[in-house]
Amino acid sequence: MTTIDHAGRGEGGFRLSQLLYDRRYRSLTIQAVAMILLVLLVVWLVDNTVTNLSRQGKDIDFGFLGTVAGYDINQTLIPYSSQDTHLRAAAVGILNTLLVAFLGCIAATIVGVLAGVARLSRNWLISGLMAVYVEGFRNVPLLLWIIVIFAVMSEGMPQPRAFRGDDPAASMLLGDSVAITNRGIYIPGVEFAAPLAGSTGWTWALILGAVLAGVLAARVVKKRADARQEATGERPVTWPLRLALILGPAIALLFVFGAGLNKPELAGFNFQGGIHMRNSLIALWFALTLYTGAFIAENVRAGILSVSKGQSEAAFALGLRPGRTMSLIILPQALRVIIPPLISQYLNLTKNSSLALAVGYMDVRSTLGGITINQTGRELEGMLLLGLFYLVTSLTISALLNVYNGSVKLKER
Amino acid sequence: MKKTVLLGTVAGLAAGGALAQNSSTLEQVRDRGNLICGVTTGLTGFSAPDANGEWQGFDVDLCRAIAAATLGDPNAADFVTTTGQTRFSALASGEIDVLTRNTTWTYSRDNDLDFEFAGVNYYDGQGFMVPAELGVTSALDLDGATVCIQTGTTTELNLADFFRANNISYEPVPIETNAEAQQQYLAGACDVYTTDASGLAATRATFENADEHVILPEIISKEPLGPAVRHGDPVWGDIVRWTLNALVTAEELGITSANVMDLAAEAGDNPEVNRLLGTEGELPEMLGLESDAFANAIAAVGNYGEIFERNIGESTPIGLARGLNALYTEGGLQYAPPFR
Ligand SMILES: N[C@@H](CCC(=O)N[C@@H](CS)C(=O)NCC(=O)O)C(=O)O
Repeated sequence: MTTIDHAGRGEGGFRLSQLLYDRRYRSLTIQAVAMILLVLLVVWLVDNTVTNLSRQGKDIDFGFLGTVAGYDINQTLIPYSSQDTHLRAAAVGILNTLLVAFLGCIAATIVGVLAGVARLSRNWLISGLMAVYVEGFRNVPLLLWIIVIFAVMSEGMPQPRAFRGDDPAASMLLGDSVAITNRGIYIPGVEFAAPLAGSTGWTWALILGAVLAGVLAARVVKKRADARQEATGERPVTWPLRLALILGPAIALLFVFGAGLNKPELAGFNFQGGIHMRNSLIALWFALTLYTGAFIAENVRAGILSVSKGQSEAAFALGLRPGRTMSLIILPQALRVIIPPLISQYLNLTKNSSLALAVGYMDVRSTLGGITINQTGRELEGMLLLGLFYLVTSLTISALLNVYNGSVKLKER
Repeated sequence: MKKTVLLGTVAGLAAGGALAQNSSTLEQVRDRGNLICGVTTGLTGFSAPDANGEWQGFDVDLCRAIAAATLGDPNAADFVTTTGQTRFSALASGEIDVLTRNTTWTYSRDNDLDFEFAGVNYYDGQGFMVPAELGVTSALDLDGATVCIQTGTTTELNLADFFRANNISYEPVPIETNAEAQQQYLAGACDVYTTDASGLAATRATFENADEHVILPEIISKEPLGPAVRHGDPVWGDIVRWTLNALVTAEELGITSANVMDLAAEAGDNPEVNRLLGTEGELPEMLGLESDAFANAIAAVGNYGEIFERNIGESTPIGLARGLNALYTEGGLQYAPPFR
């Protein structure tokens, strides 16, 4: 190396060949060439696409989003009819994707944490069962589980008709409030006698806001208690107050708006009223939950095992009770191992929800990326938007969780 | 290393791009030595593989006729299965040469999706099928029903329009293929299955207890089903169009798979028969085909009436009457322009 250096400088300047033979420049050269080729490749791909599209008489045009969709969607979280635009149909699909992703992430976390802890159980039967669960779900493709659950629901459960008559073949559960049929599960819903501004959606938004405000207030109370404990060594009992702060306003609002239970009832061909969780949602949700839960279980197990036994022994020696040992010593250390892979699992779950395709769940892949591009012939535009949606969603999820990760990770000086 | 990989990729892509240049579909088919048709994933009578894995059906026979006309061999046809949602991408991308898959000719498919429909091989309309035990006698009784519907079809749009126009509600169960629809319908996960009436008849024919299901009287749409090709290759469109016309004309002129070879052996006394079979004039040559192109097509699959009777006619389990699809001389709509 030194000789080349000397030779290069000895001639009193820079020679072109140094770009290839001088190690100081060579890596730069390679990177520059790679970069140029990459740019050329991208330019070529884009140009090729545009040329081929125009050869087929097609341009890139997002105007189709403003035209009438013409098709109906069964599960809509916002009002939608076939006379709305493709854009709104896409929004309905996006909300359906987010719904199943949200339900899936929560349920998968619960299942994963329980299974991960249970797998470490000293009880041979429990840990064995959990091992079977984890290996069974991790090693069989998700698509199969989705289809299996869907088939069990649609082939195995009674038809709504079976609930009819004096001596029905099937009956509702939990005091006639839940019906499990081959078209999905009907559960009671909350309905408001006097909703805010006549809109159930806004009413729920207000109630959710009240709960969030309550959570923030409860945190303030907890911080005060912490400060008091630091100063005086005495910890005031705060949980009744905190619980009241979180739930109180929401319950009061429910009363104000005249909330009541709306139970599903058999009327005509189907159950009416209540909340209808369609087979497609259930199959997708359960399969995503059990599949991703198996991976999360392994993350949790790894996290707990990563905290050395000496830590809990030391905590016990200091006189901490087991509960406090878990929450103050083990969990904070385990979390920093659990959270990063957990983020990937959430991202996987969200993207895997596009397997909705297999059971006709009307997610964004099925509306924008399916029926809309099929009816309008705008494959490229539709797929670009779809890709963009998944990208933005994934980046948002990981950004949010990274913030959380930052708050639980080991703070080292 | 990095560089070579990258260079290789660029070169490879460039080569790939160069291959996809503009040669006519007929040339491509001839060079390849076979014709690729897009068909359903399986609809008995229209396009479905038989016990030996051979594709059979009304749409399949049209494809074989085109293969016979262009390549002289009805078996030089390959079949690519497409769903309601994948068929148009398959055609637009060039994965298939012609789409023969109960596809409705509509304005926007013709003009917005940029395809060319080469005629109508089956005049159809959308119907509803329900289990007889429901006691439903009219589609207007279906308020609140759960309806199985294939996505990416005209029928899904008609369904929305029909229920909205009549101010009744329904719960759509979106489905990808006919097989899935059949399974969901038989399991009772939907009360009603709606699609083209011919498709309903074909589906019902495969049921164990076909008579436990009724097709409601309402036909809520026009579904002219026909072969589609890409816009922009008019000759190829004409080849498909005139092959279909040849099959219809053959029925009109009494040319069948049994007598076509005799008739094509030498010019007879009916000039239109002669022109069609290539013993007089040069009609097939105008499309760049051999003089016996249409004779080959008819010899391979028979005339339109024979194709209909063999696959979906009243003697088959599907049992469709000719109805609108009878020749115009018999009160139907099948009418081919003259071969001259
Ligand atoms: N004619 C309508 C509907 C065509 C359609 O999808 N038909 C169904 C039932 S008749 C079918 O062929 N299914 C076969 C499959 O699922 O592959 C259209 O062109 O959109």
